[in-house]
Amino acid sequence: MSQLKELTLQGLWKNNPGLVQLLGLCPLLAVTSTITNALGLGLATLLVLLGSNVAVSLVRNHIANEIRIPVFVLIIASLVTVVQLMMNAYTFGLYESLGIFIPLIVTNCAIIGRAEAFASKNAVLPSALDAIMMGLGFLLVLLILGGMREILGQGTLFDGADLLFGSWAKGLRIELFTVDSHFLLAMLPPGAFIGMGLLIALKNVIDNRIKQQNAIEKGSIARARVTGAAQ
Amino acid sequence: MSFKIASSPHQHNQRSTAQIMRLVVLACLPGIAVQAVLFGYGVLIQLLLAIITAWLSEALILVLRKKAIMPRLKDNSALLTAVLLAVAIPPYAPWWIIVIGTAFAIIMVKQLYGGLGHNLFNPAMAAYVLLLVSFPLQMTQWLPPMSLQSVDLTPLDAVCSIFTQFSCSGFSLTQLQTSVDGITMATPLDTLRTDLSRGLTLSESMQRPVFFSFAGTGWLWVNLAYLAGGILLIQQKIISWRIPVSILAALFLLSGIASLASPDTVAGPLFHLFSGGTMLAAFFIATDPVSASTTNRGRLIFGAAIGVIVFLIRNFGGYPDAYAFAVLLANMAVPLIDYYTRPRTYGHRTRSELK
Repeated sequence: MSQLKELTLQGLWKNNPGLVQLLGLCPLLAVTSTITNALGLGLATLLVLLGSNVAVSLVRNHIANEIRIPVFVLIIASLVTVVQLMMNAYTFGLYESLGIFIPLIVTNCAIIGRAEAFASKNAVLPSALDAIMMGLGFLLVLLILGGMREILGQGTLFDGADLLFGSWAKGLRIELFTVDSHFLLAMLPPGAFIGMGLLIALKNVIDNRIKQQNAIEKGSIARARVTGAAQ
Repeated sequence: MSFKIASSPHQHNQRSTAQIMRLVVLACLPGIAVQAVLFGYGVLIQLLLAIITAWLSEALILVLRKKAIMPRLKDNSALLTAVLLAVAIPPYAPWWIIVIGTAFAIIMVKQLYGGLGHNLFNPAMAAYVLLLVSFPLQMTQWLPPMSLQSVDLTPLDAVCSIFTQFSCSGFSLTQLQTSVDGITMATPLDTLRTDLSRGLTLSESMQRPVFFSFAGTGWLWVNLAYLAGGILLIQQKIISWRIPVSILAALFLLSGIASLASPDTVAGPLFHLFSGGTMLAAFFIATDPVSASTTNRGRLIFGAAIGVIVFLIRNFGGYPDAYAFAVLLANMAVPLIDYYTRPRTYGHRTRSELK
């Protein structure tokens, strides 16, 4: 149980692939112009990561150490192809709007990073858990960034959600405010970089607060013991 | 008799940051005045909005950073950034343009990097690029000089059209842009660019009323006023002559050669020097002591780079004027330029002796 807790904490916060490891920046920055795109790519990455971690963990004792990386890449590439074909079949609109970034999941370092750093050294169940938590961490960063950019850029949320979920999802579209001129910067790549920088800064601020809080608590305990000794 | 022990540098002038910044702002005043007289009072309202926003955002960030507010506000650097941005944007742009721009310049470009002296990029120009990229329509709606406007704009009209997009008598900005002869007017650089892309030659384009002898109507005087202010700054030793001179020289040489080679498509050097934001950028913007190069040879390279980039973008790029992009690109190269142009330390061997 503690392993689950540890993996969750690592994946979602302490070692978040988007905010701390800074892996997979290319899709992270490129497709987060709307929350729908971010969700689509995040889910696809999560699926591939889960599949690759499980597969790598299963074959980890059967492959020679020298050729492990090509094997990992093969596994990941086949999974990405599967996901790509599935998206082409079931969510064609999203497939069109994500474009080259679906096949590019192969090159997402977060996936091969987890295969190498975790799945190749651990049993199937922890590897699957690690994949889910890392994937969720990545997905969350994508969603937050996508939401920020969509609100700033065009004042909506879930615009084009029907591309991902089918036509019923058109009702999900929330119009927060309407402006005559969109804030284009948020939709353009520089906006992604600035938004990402702000998110990382926010995470560091929260981490520092927690650290200070802990230091204060520890400090008070230490003082209590000193006075105790004096008496 | 007391012997004071002071550390180097032993020879320096007594001006503080606040005085320097104030002098730069004062040197801008002739240019601003000419702009207000020839192009309408919009620029004054933009200035007011920009200065208020700059002070408020600076104070906000200083409160968040738990620093003293007044000493920082009194150093006038936020004031200068606000002034430079306000004169660079179209005078009748909607109020939120200048507010967003100034807040971005102060908060993101200056304070998030650590405040005055730590910013990599020129705050005013980074904000200008933000605005130009985000709101291309509003950022290109320049009005023709007042002498060519079909509607006379009072100061009240300027207030109305900045805050409501319509002048008090109900004209929209697009209607105001239309000149007496019913043709929508833009800046000389913009007009020339559009005409050339339509297949007209340079001399045909120059027949339009927006041009006046070798430069644009009104723009010539604005540039001359900024040139005068800039020369004053050099005379007062506030800025080094190297950056402006190398910008102007690079632009002059390149446009001179190009216009000799292709007189129908490239405007002459005088047109380039006295159009758009040349003088403002060369003397006031590129000479920012924080983000510009700091060595003497480096300044020459820095300025020449800006001149070359501006010439390239004006003639081959996607924008009619390009000082903001040129300054930002040159800012990025500054650490490299400074590294390779470090002056020889006195008493150490020169590079040729080392060989």
